[in-house]
Amino acid sequence: MRISATSVMVDDQQKALRFYTETLGFQLKHNIPLGEHSWITVVSKEAPEGTELVLEPDAHPAARPFKKALVEDGIPFTGFAVDDVEAEYERLVASGVRFVQPPTDLGPVITAVLDDTCGNLIQIMEEKGQP
Amino acid sequence: MDIYRAIADPTRRAILDELVDRSGQTLFELCARLIMKHGIGSSRQAISQHLDVLESAGLIRTRREGRSKLHWFEGAPLKGIGERWPISTDRDESQDQDASQDRDTSPDPHTSHSTDEDIEK
Repeated sequence: MRISATSVMVDDQQKALRFYTETLGFQLKHNIPLGEHSWITVVSKEAPEGTELVLEPDAHPAARPFKKALVEDGIPFTGFAVDDVEAEYERLVASGVRFVQPPTDLGPVITAVLDDTCGNLIQIMEEKGQP
Repeated sequence: MDIYRAIADPTRRAILDELVDRSGQTLFELCARLIMKHGIGSSRQAISQHLDVLESAGLIRTRREGRSKLHWFEGAPLKGIGERWPISTDRDESQDQDASQDRDTSPDPHTSHSTDEDIEK
């Protein structure tokens, strides 16, 4: 058994596709129309055959209250690994991305939390190398 | 809640330390800092209750930014302590050094951060 895909629930799939590709820098893998919505997945350019992130519509009535409660307490919906949190922070802020938590040194990891503009907070995380 | 009771609990003092370190934190960021930097593994709900206590004592205030709720340290209520028991100005330097060591330094969260009987872990 392998983890081939995981999801974020987004309020607008096309807006999400733009943010996750143009702003964050992932690349489109699948974009298959399925009635009202589409099966849209993106992958990391560093691992195009790796785990796909599904940009899933948050149309279920329970989804939005759930997302709202997470955002209120600053809880990320999911997180991505980066090599350099500070560099990503600078790059993304320059692109207009809003962070609710700037890069923070938490000992073994450095983390930051950003707003994906689609109703989610996303954590980026850098594991510190061994000295 | 009076401020003496509010700052009597080590977890609440650690919360204030972290809010002084960076203003405007979400509950998530505070919890991450408490577990990673202080070894305080209380539940989010317990930390939220500590925040309510501190807010009722006027030691933190909250504001919404976007859709997130952020927390700030508010030091003004502590001013009354210094006014009630003024710090004398004619003390020598060795006494000042003693005073500066009076801070939470215990590394063991089980003994130092679980004293408030009002709040579930």
